[in-house]
Amino acid sequence: MTTPHAEPVNGKLPHEPEKATLEGRNKLVGFWLFLGGETVLFGTLFATFLALRGQTNDGPTANELFHLPLVAAATFILLVSSLTSVFAIQAMHKGKRNALALWLGITVVLGLGFLGLEIYEFYEYVKHKEFGMTTSAFSSAFYTLVGFHGAHVAFGIMWIGLIIGQLFRKGLTVVTAPKVYVSAMYWHFIDVVWVFIFTVVYLLGKVG
Amino acid sequence: MDWITTVDHKKIAVLYLIAGGFFFGIGGIEAILIRIQLMKPMNDFVSAQVFNELITMHGTTMIFLGVMPIIFALMNAVVPLQIGARDVAFPFVNALGFWTFLFGGLLLNLSWLMGGAPDAGWTSYTPLSGSEYSGTHGVDFYTIGLQIAGLGTLIGGINFLATIITMRAPGMSYMRMPMFTWTTFITSAIILFAFPAITVGLVLLTFDRILGANFFDVAGGGNPVLWQHIFWIFGHPEVYILILPAFGIISEVIPTFARKRLFGYSSMVFATILIAFLGFMVWAHHMFTTGLGTVANALFSISTMLIAVPTGIKIFNWLFTMWGGQIRFTAANLFAVGFVPTFVMGGVTGVMLASAPADFQFHDTYFVVAHFHYVIVGGLVLGLFSGLHYWWPKMFGRVLSETLGKWTFWTFMIGFQLTFFVQHFLGLMGMQRRIVTYLPNQDFDLLNLVSSVGAFLMGVGVIMFLVNIVITTRKPVDAPNDPWEDGRTLEWSIPSPPPEYNFKQTPLVRGIDAYWKEKMAGHTEMTPAEPVGSIHMPSATPLPFVMSVGIFIAGLGLMFSKDDFGNAFMNGLFNNYIVVIIGLLITFGAMALRSLYDDHGWHIEPEDQDEKGVRT
Ligand code: HEM
Ligand SMILES: [Cu+2]
Repeated sequence: MTTPHAEPVNGKLPHEPEKATLEGRNKLVGFWLFLGGETVLFGTLFATFLALRGQTNDGPTANELFHLPLVAAATFILLVSSLTSVFAIQAMHKGKRNALALWLGITVVLGLGFLGLEIYEFYEYVKHKEFGMTTSAFSSAFYTLVGFHGAHVAFGIMWIGLIIGQLFRKGLTVVTAPKVYVSAMYWHFIDVVWVFIFTVVYLLGKVG
Repeated sequence: MDWITTVDHKKIAVLYLIAGGFFFGIGGIEAILIRIQLMKPMNDFVSAQVFNELITMHGTTMIFLGVMPIIFALMNAVVPLQIGARDVAFPFVNALGFWTFLFGGLLLNLSWLMGGAPDAGWTSYTPLSGSEYSGTHGVDFYTIGLQIAGLGTLIGGINFLATIITMRAPGMSYMRMPMFTWTTFITSAIILFAFPAITVGLVLLTFDRILGANFFDVAGGGNPVLWQHIFWIFGHPEVYILILPAFGIISEVIPTFARKRLFGYSSMVFATILIAFLGFMVWAHHMFTTGLGTVANALFSISTMLIAVPTGIKIFNWLFTMWGGQIRFTAANLFAVGFVPTFVMGGVTGVMLASAPADFQFHDTYFVVAHFHYVIVGGLVLGLFSGLHYWWPKMFGRVLSETLGKWTFWTFMIGFQLTFFVQHFLGLMGMQRRIVTYLPNQDFDLLNLVSSVGAFLMGVGVIMFLVNIVITTRKPVDAPNDPWEDGRTLEWSIPSPPPEYNFKQTPLVRGIDAYWKEKMAGHTEMTPAEPVGSIHMPSATPLPFVMSVGIFIAGLGLMFSKDDFGNAFMNGLFNNYIVVIIGLLITFGAMALRSLYDDHGWHIEPEDQDEKGVRT
C-alpha cells in the first residue's frame, strides 16, 4: 500500500514553505523559544557589563579605547547583512532558489567582513593598548560580552554556509525552507543584539 | 546499541531514570557520609577538606544530576501520552539533551578520581570558589560539568515547550491539559528563562579561574556579590523547577485515588503560572545578609511572602479534592498524601526565612538546611516516589508491589522526619551549616545523633524501593491499560507499556480528564480523530551520543589547558588547546553530518500496528 506522505510534494512549493509541514512549524516554534533563552543569556551578559564597566583597575578606559568610525563601519555592515537576509527570504517565498542562495551568500560575506573588523579591533587593543582579558574587570566584561556576540556571528556564518550547501544539494523544499527561515531569524537576532552592544558598550563608553 | 541510538521518548525516559537513579544513589551515599561525620561531636571520620567536597557534591549532585533527571524521566514518559501525541517535537534534540546531561554529570563526578572534587558549596560563592581559595581542579569540574549538563536541561526544556505547544491532540485546548502536563509546560518555561543565567555565571567563573579574568576578583575590580546575584537569579527559579513537577504529580495522583476530579482546576493552572512569575522576582531573599540595604530587603521580603498565596491555593485544592472522595491509600497515594503536610511545613519555615530581620538569625544555620530539605525531600522526593509508583505500570507494564511500596513509604517518611525535624531546633540553637564538626555538650549531640539515625532509615527506604524494582522486573509484562482502574487522563487509554507509536489513532479530546469522560459516557476507548493509517517515525541515530562525547572531551581539554603535566607530549596537547579543538571538531562534525544528510524516518504500516509495548 502506498502511504500518504507528510510532505506535500506536487512539484510546486506552497506559498510559505517554512510552515508547510509539522516539522517546519515545530522548528519555528522551537527556534522562537531558543531565542527567548538567548535573550536571557545576553541580558545577563549586559547586566554584568553594566555592573563592571567602570572598574578599569588603572587600565585603559572605554573612552581611551574605542574608535567610533571603525565600530560604525562594522555596525553598518551588519545592518546591511540583515537586509540582505530579508531579500533572501523574499526570494525564497517566490521560489527562486538561486536568488535565495545568492542573497544568503552576500549575507555570509558581510558577516565575514564584520567579523574581520572585530578581530582587527581586538588585536589592536591587545597589541597596542595593553588591554587584555586579565587587565581589569571592565576588560573581562568587554571581551566576554562582545566576544560572545562575535562567536554567535561566527556560528551564524558557518550555519548559513552549510545551508547554502544544502540548497544546492537538495534544492528548495519544505525540508530546507524552515532551515533557511530559522537561520535568517537567528541572523536578525544577532543584529539586534549588536545594536544594543553598539549603544551600551560603545556609545555609552564614549559619552557616558 | 539500541539504547545509545534511540530517539523514542519512552526509552529516553528510561535512560533518564537509570542515570538519575544512579546519581541519586551517589548523592545519597555522600549524604550518609556527611551524617556519619556529624553523628557525634569532634568526630574525625573525614577531613575538613573531604567534608567540604562531600557537602558540595551532595548538593550539586542531588539537584542537578539526581532529582532533575528523574523529573525529566517522568516528563518524557508521560507528557506525550497525556497530550495524545505520537512523539515529542524534536526527538533528536531530546536524545541530545539526555546525553549531554549524562556526560556533564560524569565529568563532574570524575573529579573524585582526578585530584579533588569541588569544595566551595553547591552555590560556589566567590571568592571561595576562586583559584585563590580553591586550588584544585574541583571547581573547574563544577563549572564545566554543570555547563554541559545544563545545556542538556535547556534543550530538554525547549523540546517540552514546543511539544506541548504544537503536538496536542485535537480538542485538547490549554484548559483541558492534565495538571502534570501543565506543570511540565511551566517548568520548562522557567528552565528556558533561568538556565541561560547560570550558563553565563558559569562561563564567567570559568574565565576567572582559567583565563585569569576579573569578574569576581576584587583586586582586579571585580565584584563577588555579582556572582550571588547571577547564581540566585537562576537559583531561586530553580527551586520551582524542582517543585512544580511535584505539584503536577500530586495533582494527578490525588484525584485518581479519590475518584474525584481535581478541585479548582483553573485556579491550579493560574496558581502555577503565578508561582513561576513570582519565582523570578525574589532571588535576593538568599542575600539579605550581604548588605543590600533595608529597602531592597523589604521589597524582596514581601515579594517572597506573596508566593505563599498561590501555594496556599494549591494546598487547599488538594484537600478539597480529597474531601468526600472515595480515597484509596495505594503506595502512590500514600506518598502524595504524605507530601501535603510536609510541604506545608517547608513553606511555613520559608515564610519565616523570608522575613529579613529573622533571616539575619537563621541564615547559614541548620534551620535553613531543615527548610530546604522539607521542601526538596519532603516535597519533591516524596512527589517523585508517588509519581514513580503511579506511572511504573505505564512505563514498564508491571505494577510495583504495593506491600513493599507501603513499607518504602513508612521507612522513608519516618526517617525523613527524624533527620530533618530536629534540624530546625539545631539551627535555632545556633548550629551553623557547612561545619565539619562541633564541640560536645552544647546541646547539639543528641539531636545530631537522631538526625543521623534518620538518614540511615531513609537509606533503608530507598533500598526497599530498589528491591521492589528488582522483584517487579521479574514479573511478566501484563499490566492492563488502566491498572488503577480509575485513570483519568489519556495515558491510561493505551496499552502498558505503550507501543512505539503511542496512539494507533490520535484520540479526540472532549474535556478535562479526557479518558474519564469517555468512561463516564460508557465507552471503553477514546474516540479516534483520524482513520487508521501509516505512522511516520523518526530514525534512530548515534549522533546525539557522539556530539555529547565531543563536548565532554572539549570540556576536559579546557579544564586542563593551563596544567603542566611534566610531559612534553601531554603539555603540547593540552596547553595548545588541541584537545579542546578535537572535542569541538567531533561535535561540529556530527552537527554538520546531521545537517547534510536528512533523516526521512520510516513508517509503521497498519498491519504491523497490533503488537503491544516497546520492550524495556
Ligand atoms: C513559600 C515558599 C518558600 C519561601 C517563602 C522560601 C524562602 C526561602 C528563603 C528566604 C531562603 C533563604 C534562607 C537563607 O539562606 O538564609 C530559602 C532557602 C532555600 N530554599 Fe526556600 N522558600 C520557599 C519554598 C522553597 C521551595 C519550594 C524550595 C525547593 C523545592 C526551596 C528551596 C530552598 C533551598 C534549596 C534553599 C537554600 C539555598 C542555599 O542557601 O543553599 N524553597 N528559602
Ligand atoms: Cu529562594
